[in-house]
Amino acid sequence: MSDEATKPSGTVKFLSGNEACMEGAIAAGCRFFAGYPISPSSEIAEKMSGRLPKLGGKFIQMEDEIASMGAIIGASLAGQKTMTATSGPGFSLMQENLGFAMMAEVPCVVINVMRGGPSTGNPTGPSQSDVMQCRWGTHGDHPAIALSPSTIREVFDTTVACFNFAEMMRTPVVLAMDEITAHMREKIVIPPAAEIALINRRKPALQAGETYYPYEAGEDLVPPMMNFGEGARYHVTGLDHDRTGFPSAAAEVQESLHRRLVDKIERHLEKLLLFEHHRTEDAEVLVVAYGSTARSAKRAVEEARAKGVKAGLFRPITLYPIPEKQIEAAAAHAKRVVVPEMNLGQYKLEVERILGKGPAITGVNRVNGEPIAPSLILSAILGD
Amino acid sequence: MSKRYEVRLAGSGGQGLVLGGVILAEAASIFDGKNATQSQSYGPESRGGASKSEVIISEGEIDYPKATHIDLLLLMTEAAAEKYLKDVPETALVVADLDLVPTAIPDKLRSVKIPITRLARETVGKEFVANIVALGALQELTGIVSFESLKKAVLARVPKGTEELNLKALSVGQEAAREYDGKNIPH
Repeated sequence: MSDEATKPSGTVKFLSGNEACMEGAIAAGCRFFAGYPISPSSEIAEKMSGRLPKLGGKFIQMEDEIASMGAIIGASLAGQKTMTATSGPGFSLMQENLGFAMMAEVPCVVINVMRGGPSTGNPTGPSQSDVMQCRWGTHGDHPAIALSPSTIREVFDTTVACFNFAEMMRTPVVLAMDEITAHMREKIVIPPAAEIALINRRKPALQAGETYYPYEAGEDLVPPMMNFGEGARYHVTGLDHDRTGFPSAAAEVQESLHRRLVDKIERHLEKLLLFEHHRTEDAEVLVVAYGSTARSAKRAVEEARAKGVKAGLFRPITLYPIPEKQIEAAAAHAKRVVVPEMNLGQYKLEVERILGKGPAITGVNRVNGEPIAPSLILSAILGD
Repeated sequence: MSKRYEVRLAGSGGQGLVLGGVILAEAASIFDGKNATQSQSYGPESRGGASKSEVIISEGEIDYPKATHIDLLLLMTEAAAEKYLKDVPETALVVADLDLVPTAIPDKLRSVKIPITRLARETVGKEFVANIVALGALQELTGIVSFESLKKAVLARVPKGTEELNLKALSVGQEAAREYDGKNIPH
C-alpha cells in the first residue's frame, strides 16, 4: 500500500474533552448554542462563541440556564440542531424546561459537565454525582437518554451520537461528562465529515390538502416533525395534548401520550445502547464503571489479571436507557461486582436492581473532589 | 500495560504550568508519535492558588490519566514542595526553582535546583516564559521528549510574535540544565 493509503484519515489534534465536545457538535451540524458559562463546562461555550459565527451559526449568552434551555428549544422548533452546556447548579435550573422538551418532543442536546453538589458544591473538582439527575431530574414519568464518555475521541463521538439520538427520538439528550474527561487533553483523530453518520429529524410526507398532526406517531412511536415556518401552524405545549398539539384532559389521550413518550425509548433501545466489554467473558469479579472512573477501573482490572484474578470491566457509555441485558451478560460468571463512582453509589443502585440477589455488589465511592485511583478499585476487586 | 512516564508540574496559578504540560504532552504525542495525556487540578482563582499539571507519556494506551508513581517532579513554589515532596518515589527526579523553593530537597531524592524564574526574568527578559525555561531544562535532564519535538510544540502553542522569545527561553533552560548530565545529578 502507498503511504497515502495507510495514512490515518482525518485531522490529528491534541484536545481537551470540552474542545472535542465543541468539535463533535459542529460536526453533527449544531449551529445554535445558547448558554450561561459555568465551570467546569465554560470552555464549551467559549469555543462555540468563536466557531459558530464563522459558520453562519448563532451563539447567544443568555441571562441564566432557564432561558438557555428555552432558547435551544425554540431554535430547535425552528429547525436548528441546538445545544447548551452547563454544570450541576445550571443543570438543576434546566430541569423544568428539559421536561418541557421531553413532553413537547423537541430534539436538543444538553452537555452537563458534572461537579460536586448539591448547590454550588465544588466548581473545579471532578464528580459523577448527577447520574440520577440525568434520569430523574425533571418531574413526572419521562423518557431519558444520557451518555458518558471516557476518552477524548469518545467525547467527540458521543456528542455526535447525542445529536443523532435527539433527532431520531425527538427528545432532549444529555451528555454527562466529569471534570477529568472535560479538562484532560489527549490526541484525537477527528474523522473526515464523510465518515461521520448523521441522523436528521424525519419530516412529514403530506399529500396536498392533508392536515399535519404534529403529535401523531406511526409504528416507530416518533412523530414526524415539521419545522416552524415550513408550512403548517401547530401548537406546542407542556400540557397533556392530543395529536394536534392542543391540550386535552381526556383520560385515553393522557394515558397513550405518557406511555408513548416512554415506550418510544424502549422501541428503539438497541440503537441507543453504547457500551464496552473488557475481559468480561470469564470475569469472576466484574467492575461496572463509566466516564473517567472507567479508565481507573481498566487499569485495576489489568493489575488484578496480572495477579491471577479473573477480573473484567463493563463500561456503559449509554447510562440511560441502561444496557440491562448487557450488564447481566457481563456478570454471568461474576461472584462479586464492584461499582466505583465519584458519588455515593447512584449507578450501584441500578446495578443492584438489575442483578438482584445474585453476586455481592460493592461500591467504591469518592466525593472529595479527587479521582478514584486504580489502587482503590484494585483493593475492592481483590476483596481487601 | 506499557511503561508509563509520569510528570507532575506543580506551582501556582499564573506560572503557566497547564500550558507547560500541554506543550510537553503535545511534543510527546503529536511530534514524537507516542501517547500522552495532560490533566490538571486548579482552584477557582486564575492567579495565585495551587496549580498542578500532570503529563503521562507511554508507548501504549494510557488508561488512568493521573499520576500514581511520579518519574519527574517540577516544583515552582514552596507550597508545592511542601505538598508534593511527601509522596515522591525515590526513583523520581525532582527539579525545583532555586529562588522560589528554599526548602532543602531530601538527600534520598535525585534533585536539581535551577533559578528558572530568575533566568526567565533576567536572561530571557520576561518572567512569564519561566514555564518554557523549565521545559528546556526538563528536556535536557531527561530526554523524555526530543528537543526538536519540544521546539515544534512550543511554536505551535505560543502567541504570534512571541516565537523568538520562547525559543530563547527553551535554549536558556536547556543551557542551565546542561551542567548536570544524567550521571551528575546530585543525590
